[in-house]
Amino acid sequence: MAQTSANVKKGDHVQHHFVDSDQQFESAKMGMWIFLVTEILFFGGLFLAYIVFRSWYPELYLMASDHLDTFWGAVNTVVLIGSSLTVAMAIRSAQLNQQKGLIINLAITIALACIFMVIKYFEYTHKFDLGIYPGAYYAYDGIAHDKANIFFSIYYMMTGLHGIHVLIGIGLMIWLIVRARKGHFHSEYYTPVEITGLYWHLVDIIWIFLFPLLYLID
Amino acid sequence: MATSETSNIKRLQVRRFKPEENPKSTYLTEETGIWAWMTTVDHKKIGLMYLASILFFFFVGGTLALLLRTELLTPAQSFITADTYNQIFTLHGAIMVFFFLVPSVPAALGNFVLPLQLGCKDVAFPRVNLLSYYIYVIGAVFTLIAIFTGGVDTGWTFYTPYSATTGGNVMMMTLGVFILGFSSILTGVNFIVTIHRLRSPGQTWNKISLFLWSLYATSIIQILATPVLAITLLLLTMERALHIGIFDPALGGDPVLYQHFFWFYSHPAVYIMIVPGFGIVSEIISTFSRKHIFGYWAIALSSLAIAFIGFLVWGHHMFTAGQSSLANMVFSFLTFLVGIPTGIKIFNWVATMYKGSIDMKTPMLYIMAFLFLFMIGGFTGIMLGSLAVDIHLHDTYYVVAHFHYVMMGGMVMAFLGGLHYWWPKMFGKMYNEFWARIACVVIFIGFNLTFLPQFVMGSMGMPRRYFNYLEQFQGYHQASTYGSYILGIGFLIIAAYLLHSLLRGKKAPPNPWGSRAMEWQTSSPPSLHNYEHTPVVINGPYDYHKPMSEFQLGIEGSHNGHGEHQHTETKTVEADK
Ligand code: HEM
Ligand SMILES: [Cu+2]
Repeated sequence: MAQTSANVKKGDHVQHHFVDSDQQFESAKMGMWIFLVTEILFFGGLFLAYIVFRSWYPELYLMASDHLDTFWGAVNTVVLIGSSLTVAMAIRSAQLNQQKGLIINLAITIALACIFMVIKYFEYTHKFDLGIYPGAYYAYDGIAHDKANIFFSIYYMMTGLHGIHVLIGIGLMIWLIVRARKGHFHSEYYTPVEITGLYWHLVDIIWIFLFPLLYLID
Repeated sequence: MATSETSNIKRLQVRRFKPEENPKSTYLTEETGIWAWMTTVDHKKIGLMYLASILFFFFVGGTLALLLRTELLTPAQSFITADTYNQIFTLHGAIMVFFFLVPSVPAALGNFVLPLQLGCKDVAFPRVNLLSYYIYVIGAVFTLIAIFTGGVDTGWTFYTPYSATTGGNVMMMTLGVFILGFSSILTGVNFIVTIHRLRSPGQTWNKISLFLWSLYATSIIQILATPVLAITLLLLTMERALHIGIFDPALGGDPVLYQHFFWFYSHPAVYIMIVPGFGIVSEIISTFSRKHIFGYWAIALSSLAIAFIGFLVWGHHMFTAGQSSLANMVFSFLTFLVGIPTGIKIFNWVATMYKGSIDMKTPMLYIMAFLFLFMIGGFTGIMLGSLAVDIHLHDTYYVVAHFHYVMMGGMVMAFLGGLHYWWPKMFGKMYNEFWARIACVVIFIGFNLTFLPQFVMGSMGMPRRYFNYLEQFQGYHQASTYGSYILGIGFLIIAAYLLHSLLRGKKAPPNPWGSRAMEWQTSSPPSLHNYEHTPVVINGPYDYHKPMSEFQLGIEGSHNGHGEHQHTETKTVEADK
């Protein structure tokens, strides 16, 4: 419930339509959580397509999954989990007023995210070299199944959309670093760090589902 | 004024703040100029920007509809080709659904009214609100590009495999709707958070208006369903761009899966299109019956029930698409269930009017039209939900008539009711009551003349989406077309007197309808920050048995955190100038 304390002096960071800092923080956090729900439903559609086609062509999934590189997939999983840790540490630093820690942790998170994308890039180009393109452009004959293109369409859609989310996350964290260097964040106000962290955890969790579903089923 | 207990922990010093009759500064007189409007984060201005946009699209969609109806005057081709006809009905449907009806009440009227009814200064995320408007504009631009670069002839449902193979610029259109979806999602997020976090002191969940409850239920549907539409349209776009094959049987995919995806959004979306209307009905019926709403919790919770059940019935659009008969039976049964919460609402509204002192002003007149037309729409929906009947009626004009009775007879009537209800609050001007009533009657007659014959010819077998037809249907089609012209005249009358009201309308008092609801307890139009004080709520918005003074309380001595606007104190001085 909205608490009214009209005579309490507000901090600079509190927008005019909020009563106090707490209300603003709680609102932002709740907004982000709801947004994450929409993200889950967004990916939910893809997971559903995955399930439908897997129940139709179970053997295809087993065969095609062989062609995904489990080792690099696992490395990427570790990388992303690590980045979730560092983003959590960034929030902690902000709460403790540690400007330097905040910036360093954000920078490490960005670096890990970039590593993830680089590995993904090599995975993609390797497949393209083999002729494993999405949809009608599929031109690989190493998989003895005439619907092999479907698996890779789903693979590209899922990992591609996830990759876009990683890129957005990188963008957000660069923006956070810029603001952190200007000293915008402190123990009283670190809302953007907190909600970007929430977003980043979701990106991480989605990968944690994608990895076993795509790479580990063989 | 007395001190009152407003929550279990706090005692607040309150006094009465009478809304100002002649506000010197309002949100319309401050921060003017094109640039200030385009960059505004004020929910009221954003609401008006949405209002202007959806009215524009309503005009475009309506004009297209008149073209379609004119073509159908004769059984053979009259003046447009079959291909053009297909493109026009696609555009008509897509524009009316995605660009007019979905944002009509939430984004336009809701944006304006929601913070006023909560007694807060703005929605929780004002900048996100502005962003959502621009996303809407970008989506619209994509759609316009699609129209001028080949057009789209798939129908608003974009069914595969046709949509994946036909010519024209389907991709632009689906991308446009995809983008638009984010605008809808952001509005939903914003509203939910605002209702949770920004209520006035004392405004507990049982003291928020039923319009807010309906927006809350709508927002839940928006955030849960719209992302699924987004991924569906993205997959369809990829289908066209890369032939990914998920929906394409030639590549091993499944077109019925597309229908499942699409209706998993679009059936809940029909509730996005009607539930906010329910909220308006509750507001107007209570205000113009001068009576406490009957069954507050029944109405509030039935909105949530509809939102919930609405997610479980999408299969009723696919009874003939090769679903298993078990699935058909389950979906048919669940479809019937939706009728229950809907019926609960109707009974409560009628019970509210019982022994009330009913004032048939224009908004109330529209709500009477709503009750009548929406009931026909709802009952025919139940008929379509029964399996054997639907096999006969599916894809006929009967379905067309059904959804026009709910969408236009229901939601558009509620929207018009709401527009007339809040118009004085939005612009501080009254409209001509006489002409407004005339227009309402004209629209009611025109509507029925247009769509009643469609039930008949539909049940006789006239299929939808055809531009030629057998001669036996000509009488019905002609009646329908003439009806649509009458409808058009009705809307022109509205446009005329609303324009007149804007330019020369009589000044509106703060509370022209004598309502107890909160948005009426501030000046018309409201000031930039809605209230000059922090409102305190001790009664529900429908407590007509309590004196008006109890609805205008605010925290003693506060200026709503904005010291520079002190009209309450300096009122007499400024009025003298
Ligand atoms: C009592 C509630 C309702 C029930 C039981 C119901 C039932 C149905 C059924 C079974 C169909 C499928 C008919 C067919 O294609 O063969 C249908 C179509 C449709 N309904 Fe409803 N409906 C209800 C309310 C609404 C509302 C409130 C709206 C919109 C505001 C709506 C909009 C539509 C639309 C747009 C279609 C046709 C979609 C298309 O194929 O283009 N319905 N309805
Ligand atoms: Cu439906």
